[in-house]
Amino acid sequence: MGHLTYLGLLVGCLVVTAPLELVLRVRVYARWRRFLLAVLPEFVVFVVWVLYAIAQGHWDYDGDLTLGVRLPGGIPVEEVLFFLVVPLCSVLAFEAVRKVTGWDAGYPAEEALPAGERR
Amino acid sequence: MSYSTLAVAAVIGVLVVDLAVYRTRMVTRRAFWAAYAIIVVFQLLMNGVLTGLGVVTYDPDTIWGARIAYAPVEDLLFGFAMVTLTLASWAAVNRRANTARRRGLDTDTRPSSTR
Repeated sequence: MGHLTYLGLLVGCLVVTAPLELVLRVRVYARWRRFLLAVLPEFVVFVVWVLYAIAQGHWDYDGDLTLGVRLPGGIPVEEVLFFLVVPLCSVLAFEAVRKVTGWDAGYPAEEALPAGERR
Repeated sequence: MSYSTLAVAAVIGVLVVDLAVYRTRMVTRRAFWAAYAIIVVFQLLMNGVLTGLGVVTYDPDTIWGARIAYAPVEDLLFGFAMVTLTLASWAAVNRRANTARRRGLDTDTRPSSTR
């Protein structure tokens, strides 16, 4: 896959988890504003971590297996997307488990609430 | 700080956030561990490809050296911290939003149900 290797993996994650939203109807994409709010702490902390790791030489990315687009700090654009895509897939998996098992997640189930929210 | 040190610190940090800051207590919930069990399988797969193909390469001096599916074991700590922080934040955001809406049930000003 060459330059598209890393990007292809990210797209693969989205494709594999898409049925959770489309078939199981876990309503994560539907609550995208909440998702963006929830992902913010993770995104900030881990992007900063990666920038530090790159600066310290903890790890590096292969130029032939990524698009080659580096953002300030030397972070590949795919790596930035990684910190949005993987959390999204994780939330989809978590909501799927909740929906299938009915196990408590520590917050009132949205499904039990009245409509009226504009999404 | 080495990757190993940061990875351990991150796990401790998210446990503090989950248990003491948000008080979402995700790590005490069955639903969390069931989801994590699924996620970690896919993480090992994706991480295995990323490190197996050499998309990401590590400085041997900054890791312990033990590897699982090509990836340094530190990646498991990194992934756990990332997933736990995300799910705890997601729970915190939904707790606030859904609880506020549920309270809205008791007022006269709630919008009429359309569902």
